[in-house]
Amino acid sequence: MSKRRIFCLAAAASAIALAAAACGAPDDEGEDRGAVPDDATDCANYEQYGDLEGETVSILGSIRDTEADEMVEAWSYFESCTGATIDYEGSGEFESDMKVRVDGGNAPDIALFPQPGLMANFAADLKPASDEVSKLATEGWTEDWLNYGTIDGTLYAAPNSSNAKSFIWYSPSFFSDNGYEVPTTWDELIELSDTIAADGVMPWCVGFESGGATGWPGTDWIEDIVLREGTDLYDQWVNHEIPFNDPQIVAAIDKAGTILTNEEYIYNGTDTISSTAFQEAAYPILDGGCAMHRQASFYGAMWPADTNVAEDGDVFAFRFPESNEGDNTMLVGGEFVAAFDDSESTEMVRQFLASELYHNARLQTGPWSTARQGVDPANATTPINQFATEILTDPAVTVRFDGSDLMPGEVGASSFWTGMVQWVDGDKTSQQMADDIEASWP
Amino acid sequence: MNISALADRFGLLVIGLVAFLAILLALYGLAELASRRDRSRAVATVFLAPAVIFLLVGLVYPAVRTLVMSLFSGDGTEFVGIDNYKWAFTNPDALQTIANTAAWIVIVPLLSTGIGLVYAVLIDGRRGERTYKALVFLPMGISFVGASIIWKFIYQYKASGEQIGLANQVRTWFGLDPINWLNVSVLNNLLLMVVLIWIEVGFATVVLSAALKGVPTEIIEAARIDGASPSQIFWRVTVPSIRSAIIVVAVTVFIATLKLFDIVRAMTGGHHGTDVLAHNMWDQAFRLGNDGRGATMAVLLFALVVPVVIYQVRNMRRQELEGR
Amino acid sequence: MSTDMQTPVQGRPIAESRGDRIRRVLSSRFASIFALVIAVLWTIPTAGLFISSLRPEDDIRASGWWTVFTDPSFTLDTYNYVLYSDSQGGGLIRNLVNTIVITIPGVLVPVAFAAMAAYALSWIDFKGRNLLYIAIFALQVVPLQMALIPLLSFFSQGLHIGDLAIMPAWNLSGVNTIVQVWIAHSIFGLPLAIFLLHNFMRELPSDVMEAARIDGASHSQIFRKVVLPLVTPAIASIAIFQFLWVWNDFLVGRTFGGGEATRPLTAVLGDMAGTWGFGWTRLPAAAFIAIIVPLVVFLLLQRYFVRGLLAGSVKG
Repeated sequence: MSKRRIFCLAAAASAIALAAAACGAPDDEGEDRGAVPDDATDCANYEQYGDLEGETVSILGSIRDTEADEMVEAWSYFESCTGATIDYEGSGEFESDMKVRVDGGNAPDIALFPQPGLMANFAADLKPASDEVSKLATEGWTEDWLNYGTIDGTLYAAPNSSNAKSFIWYSPSFFSDNGYEVPTTWDELIELSDTIAADGVMPWCVGFESGGATGWPGTDWIEDIVLREGTDLYDQWVNHEIPFNDPQIVAAIDKAGTILTNEEYIYNGTDTISSTAFQEAAYPILDGGCAMHRQASFYGAMWPADTNVAEDGDVFAFRFPESNEGDNTMLVGGEFVAAFDDSESTEMVRQFLASELYHNARLQTGPWSTARQGVDPANATTPINQFATEILTDPAVTVRFDGSDLMPGEVGASSFWTGMVQWVDGDKTSQQMADDIEASWP
Repeated sequence: MNISALADRFGLLVIGLVAFLAILLALYGLAELASRRDRSRAVATVFLAPAVIFLLVGLVYPAVRTLVMSLFSGDGTEFVGIDNYKWAFTNPDALQTIANTAAWIVIVPLLSTGIGLVYAVLIDGRRGERTYKALVFLPMGISFVGASIIWKFIYQYKASGEQIGLANQVRTWFGLDPINWLNVSVLNNLLLMVVLIWIEVGFATVVLSAALKGVPTEIIEAARIDGASPSQIFWRVTVPSIRSAIIVVAVTVFIATLKLFDIVRAMTGGHHGTDVLAHNMWDQAFRLGNDGRGATMAVLLFALVVPVVIYQVRNMRRQELEGR
Repeated sequence: MSTDMQTPVQGRPIAESRGDRIRRVLSSRFASIFALVIAVLWTIPTAGLFISSLRPEDDIRASGWWTVFTDPSFTLDTYNYVLYSDSQGGGLIRNLVNTIVITIPGVLVPVAFAAMAAYALSWIDFKGRNLLYIAIFALQVVPLQMALIPLLSFFSQGLHIGDLAIMPAWNLSGVNTIVQVWIAHSIFGLPLAIFLLHNFMRELPSDVMEAARIDGASHSQIFRKVVLPLVTPAIASIAIFQFLWVWNDFLVGRTFGGGEATRPLTAVLGDMAGTWGFGWTRLPAAAFIAIIVPLVVFLLLQRYFVRGLLAGSVKG
């Protein structure tokens, strides 16, 4: 390439940059984007945190992009009223960044752990919750939740966001037009699936593809079913008190198979499950291609921009039905606010992040859901998050955390994923899959 | 980006550069002092000190630490002897990783050097040679992360509807069903290699093309006069005369391949049977909390380069004998 | 091909047989096609990225970049967003500044130190010289991932032997942590730089050195006045190598820097897509911003790169 041509190339590139610059900084707008509520902008509400002028608190989390902006906005008045600076860093390599920094003696002041299991690995470096934080946590969350922030009997962390995972997405209008009722038991769910299939529509859309993490949506299916066989069984399974290939677990996998490996049920056929991207897997619901899709509440943000996600809109979700009469369970995910530093400013940020004030404000800065008692679910910016927050803050609901996030990484972030893929592809039976995962348990 | 943030950063840059200049001047002064008294050892010490200190802290100590860690358990508390090595050579996943790495270090250097050489010969003296070279050379300047993004637009897969990955679009044009390339075992390994080959061929081409220019035209002319065919000239004259450049290229690509981690991390995360040593080392040590196994993988990595080091040492000895 | 051996000895065969001619034309035509195919194949991926970066984000999600040829639609919005947005998912301009601030010393320091070390290793006689050189060569293979934690704890906790602090903790924060990134890059770049420069310096004619020494020049004078000017091409090529490496680095910057404030361009690329990977349509524009500078530098300096690399290591 001649010099002149390279010069042209460089000139073209700079021209693009300049042209972009000429447009000025873009506006960030989005219809679900809210604002910090009035009571959270009043500095009087921050007096209890004292004067933190000049202090900096670093926070590392896996939350990025718009969600991170909304989170930062929710604590912006904490910063301006107390004078503290919160340095938030969102990382796509959260697990490894944490490992390198903690072992390298450069841990962030606060980390937002999406996996309680990972948090427990760092117990030796974590600072337990102070009396004040414990008090806030106890008034703010049910025992089910606090158990996941507790390591060896000591409370370390209160939750930040929470999302409801036992959700099945559907089209309310499609259901009402055809006279389908939202099922409340597993048997009703299967019955409904049969009816829909008989009416000539595929009852289920399923997609497990998620790049390097392909298979994880499948683990949620198994967890949902095991949880509904009994919370004790679920706890034993997750804590490896019973082997992964225990007959009850294999039976649960078979039960999932009545839907996932049923050729009559799956849109495009079961052999497309492992290669259908989870982000777009449910889209056929919009044009009547299929009727239902099991995915967590955060899926509300993944529908195409012009979709009306509401109980009377294009799509909405109902709760994964119970298997046993009288059960009221919910599989959940979320982050835990753990600290590696016990300075005054870090302590105050922890207290703030556990407070009702913060959770209420965050609920209103953008699509989000929380399990913090005392918030008003109606403050959520979208109907689905309101629905999720109502369930999550209901003390009557029995909550269990996503099991694959509690199992060791070799299982929860590896063999369980691949096992699901091989199973749904028909390469392995339920028993073989469970045996292989059990063998990989460290 | 406000002015004070800019000032902070560029201020730091200026301070850093001034400090560095001061250090260089100080070292130079010391060396001058030692030189005047004609103490070779002292001069050598001054010249070598910065590099050696850096390397001791940043590479030698970590290498030793890794070696020790490979003999300990996952959390580093318990001495387990060679258990981690046993794991590496018996666990099916670990074996798969080793096998994949073996395929990588054979295929990538071979193809990169081979394609680069053929291409260099073909474009040698052709009109527009520089443009030809630049086009192939381009990927060399692109980061692995950038390359992974680029190639996602080739391998991207959609079960139905319009394809956005070129490879599947081409299949669709020919009436074939799209394939989820990166999930199909064995094939996906080759497709990841293609990305690295794409990067390294430019390097091979440019170096080998320059080496070709150094082959005296008389030799080729003589061979031609003797009636040698183009392919004979290529194999019997060209290749032997640039043999050393070929080796340099192959070795450089070999080491780059062995250390490769980013492409696998970004494109498949090592799943679906695509893990390689450098990535598995990272996964074990930083994601799965198995420091011992991660360290073991790192040691295996060292071990694979030992032959290259030995070759280099022998090479140096030979030069030593010939040279002085 | 014994028939070829029988062709006349005088220059090019005067009476080329028809078969030979066809073969020659064919092979030359084949050569052209082959070269062209490679050139096109090698360019398509990057071209695809560039075209994608100029397309509206919804289009990127919906159809392939090649559809612009039948249905053109371009926008600079994505560039605008990724460069200047205040959002976590944009604002690359600050990362671009970080990358520049990191890269300049990240290239100068290791190249300077490597030149000094390489001179000592090739022209100063001392015991254990070859052993030291081989050790440094072998260090090239230490995976830098394994060096992250020990080096980071060296910075954050200092160096102690028992209770004795040989070096205190650095306690840097914010923008100042870039100093750690400089040092880390210098360390990781040294082995290759020393290896290449050493190869180059040994090839310098020893009579030149001899002459300088007889004239009474000291080592430091020879280094500065004789050696440095002679090895400029090699230094240029190593500087380009190191520049590419530092600019394109993904791990060192995010590990040794002080969080969001100091992250270089390449390190944020992977994080731009958002928590659930939904913003991946911004990646082409972001990636193109990240690769354009090294590409231009690389293409401009290509000649020096090759000259230095080759002169240094061809012999053997």
